[in-house]
Amino acid sequence: MARELRTGMLPPRVRRASINWGDRAFHGITTGFALLIAALVALLVLELATESVPALSRFGPGFLASTSWNPVTGEFGALPFIYGTLATSALALALAWPIGVGAAAFLTELAPRFVRSILGTMVEMLAAVPSVVYGLWGVFVLVPLLRERVEPWLIERLGVLPVFSGPPFGLGVFAAGLLLAVMILPTLASVSREAMSAVPRGQREALLALGATRWEVIRAVVLAQARSGLVAATVLALGRALGETMATVMVIGNSPSINVSIFAPASTMASVIANDFNEATGLQKAVLLELGLILLVVSLAVNTAARLMAARSTR
Amino acid sequence: MISTYRRRKLANMLMLSLLGAAALVAVVPLIAVAAYVVLEGAGAINLDFFTQLPSPAGEAGGGMGNAVVGTLELVAIASALATPTGVMAGIYLAQQGRGTRLGPLVRLLSDVLNGVPTIVVGLFVYGLLVLTTGSFSALAGGVALGVIMLPVIARTTEEAVLQVPSSVREAALALGLPEWRATLRVVLPTARSGILTGVILGVARISGETAPLLFTAFGNSFWSLDPTKPIASLPVQIYNFATGPYESWHRQAWGAALVLMTMVLALNLAARWLSRSR
Repeated sequence: MARELRTGMLPPRVRRASINWGDRAFHGITTGFALLIAALVALLVLELATESVPALSRFGPGFLASTSWNPVTGEFGALPFIYGTLATSALALALAWPIGVGAAAFLTELAPRFVRSILGTMVEMLAAVPSVVYGLWGVFVLVPLLRERVEPWLIERLGVLPVFSGPPFGLGVFAAGLLLAVMILPTLASVSREAMSAVPRGQREALLALGATRWEVIRAVVLAQARSGLVAATVLALGRALGETMATVMVIGNSPSINVSIFAPASTMASVIANDFNEATGLQKAVLLELGLILLVVSLAVNTAARLMAARSTR
Repeated sequence: MISTYRRRKLANMLMLSLLGAAALVAVVPLIAVAAYVVLEGAGAINLDFFTQLPSPAGEAGGGMGNAVVGTLELVAIASALATPTGVMAGIYLAQQGRGTRLGPLVRLLSDVLNGVPTIVVGLFVYGLLVLTTGSFSALAGGVALGVIMLPVIARTTEEAVLQVPSSVREAALALGLPEWRATLRVVLPTARSGILTGVILGVARISGETAPLLFTAFGNSFWSLDPTKPIASLPVQIYNFATGPYESWHRQAWGAALVLMTMVLALNLAARWLSRSR
């Protein structure tokens, strides 16, 4: 059934029989460009893998578990950056998830049409703001606010917990997590909205007819039916947070260290590459390329999983 | 019984207002960022901003003319590379790729490429072009941005071509046009506004990109149009100035952010308007 008229311009059997040289050339050319996209992905992996060979052969898999970072003695480990990446992404997801999914539910289920189009456009415009602009805003607005108001307030009240301990730096995991939360919000909201709009109208009406409240309909029908779409939204947002660079490098404080406190400065895999690559030489360059390779492989896996899930949920 | 009813009504009110609150909270950051960029940036925008070079470190005055021109050149190189490539790949996805095994794979890889962190694309092009030519260059920056733009154009072209009614294609074929001419002369012109939307979205996506330019286009304090030399760009200039120590640099960074954000938001709104009026 997939092979019928709308699968191409002509049925495959006719197409194969076509002797028009122009068509053959045209098919060859478009296929070539399509293959170029596939080749680019392969080339990305290949290129980064070759460039990071010195680091790969020197440190092996122990690289992932080592915390040393000393360009002078040539000792490098990835753990602080893996920690920074996971900590900022987890914080961002925890902050953005309820807001993004809640906003999506409000926009699909409750908002009148004009509110939906205004708020919907504004949320999507969040995705259009360049990440360096978020970084700039972070450096001059968010970080001072955190250092002088928010973090002292939190430390005073919740300082007994190790996560909220330590001096209020401003720059650190907390600031980066907040900025990332803003940046992944539109991804979360728009993918969730798509999944929620795909839920059949009749199911909502059936439950309403049984006397359910609007919230009960949202919980029992919309959120439940859209669950795999919500998972896809979460994974896509996570992928974005893991690789986000500029906003993070500007507010995270850039220190290759692991601290329990979310107010402490740290580094992510992406931020250390942005910060150090142009000054690095020799082995350090290979180490940063290996971090890039790890980031690439993780993002390929995360995005493939998310796309496959999203494709299944809207079908 | 009454109490169950009241409990359900209360839960309903509470949860619905929480959902409404989430939607409101979601737009606060946009308003906050936009307000600061306009307030802080407006003071830095004048004729000099677009026509002068940055002044020496710490001195007032000067502009970002070279970075404005540099951003335009980088975007032009990227569009020139990614538009034809993306359109052809999009045609493949919409036509020949249907019903084959390669089609869905390319579509998936294109979406995956769209999600690759842009800093990794920068590293890739660094190895591909900067190491081999021995110099940072505008061309390398344009290629990096082109790689990021490519999947956006390919997927929007695919959608635009799929939306062309089959009666239009069939009419062209019935007139005896070979498939390739029907595609180029009839289908593509019909899908034009959809493809244009994709190009605009692609330009909007790349014009604010900073990370892929750090190790490719690098930066330049002087005027340059030479594609084989390093070139300045607004995003990289914002990064360098914002992380620098001088008050005058910070003002210029806000000005550049205002220019960049206006450009990107205008492009996005144009793309929306174009796709709605279709």
